[in-house]
Amino acid sequence: MKCRVCREPAIIDIRRHNANFCAEHFVRLCRDQVAKAIEDFGMIEPGERVLVAVSGGKDSLALWDILVDAGYRADGLYLGLGIGDYSDASGRAARAFAAERGLTLIEVDLPHDYGYDIPTGAKAANRVPCSACGLSKRHLFDDAARRGGYDVVATGHNLDDEAAVLFGNVLRWQTDYLGRQLPVLPARPGLPRKVKPLVRLAERETAAYCIVRGIDYLVDECPMAAGNRHLGYKEALNAIEATSPGSKHDFYFGFLARASGRFQADAEAERETLRPCARCGAPTPSELCAFCRLVERAGGAPAPVPVQLGDARR
Amino acid sequence: MKVLLRNPRREIEVSGSMQVSTLLARLDINRESVLVIRGDTLIAGDAWLDDRDDVEIRPVISGGALP
Repeated sequence: MKCRVCREPAIIDIRRHNANFCAEHFVRLCRDQVAKAIEDFGMIEPGERVLVAVSGGKDSLALWDILVDAGYRADGLYLGLGIGDYSDASGRAARAFAAERGLTLIEVDLPHDYGYDIPTGAKAANRVPCSACGLSKRHLFDDAARRGGYDVVATGHNLDDEAAVLFGNVLRWQTDYLGRQLPVLPARPGLPRKVKPLVRLAERETAAYCIVRGIDYLVDECPMAAGNRHLGYKEALNAIEATSPGSKHDFYFGFLARASGRFQADAEAERETLRPCARCGAPTPSELCAFCRLVERAGGAPAPVPVQLGDARR
Repeated sequence: MKVLLRNPRREIEVSGSMQVSTLLARLDINRESVLVIRGDTLIAGDAWLDDRDDVEIRPVISGGALP
């Protein structure tokens, strides 16, 4: 196989582009795809401060690397989830990445700062671990962005993530979720803008980007995620992709272009029910937001502990 | 050749010269869900492997909680 651009030996074939790339031109492709996503969807304006949600995995580290390379003012936020060795290893990967590049990494540790970890929090709240984890992440990313004065939170959701979530939402016709499954969620009172600059890259490409760039990401999967529904959707979509390259892209971007708007009213109706949480002030349809209820049930700190920007920043 | 697999981490021995795509098909692995690495270098589906090679088949699917 030859690189489509320079005809040198290729290191990766991307069947949905019907093209192969050498290392140099593959990296360029990834950067161009992120730049196109940012421009097409108006994700980040010049000069804005970006907070990248960093897990130590391939997607978030690739995203941070690409944003910094493109000249964005991007700091990282790492959440310690208290998932045993997995969290220890993911924290090491995130810290090493930041240290090697002289980047600012803010850290929040769930057990230390909020008094619970994901396994025990999920059990106490009667949620599956991924639900308790996602809920905690969303709340704490918003909170850290607000406290740190960031304009936008960038997450490492890739094309596979979005296609799999869309698949699940369509299977159950969760119309409110469909209405807010967008690559950009505008800022609202109490919430920063949220963007997904990797939506034009498959996760095979973000992993390849890390390998080519020498980024030492955490390869092992979260032990709490094993066998979850989201992984099953990804496997199903990859089975389709193997025989029909480009299906995931067409599914997701076709939804954005031709169907997403039909569900906006459902999402807007849900947004109109939001009011400030009586405890932390985050938008919620209930008196207490889901995060504060989780903290309460998990037996942790009854009130949020301020994010220690000064102590945790490098 | 020695082939490193992940999740769980294990190593298997595969005999014979073959292309990467053939190795993946023989192991019943969807090429959309993995990368193949020889040494520190990614290799494409048409690259040839032989008994002296050490390769890693690295899964790329991750599926924990999405924020």
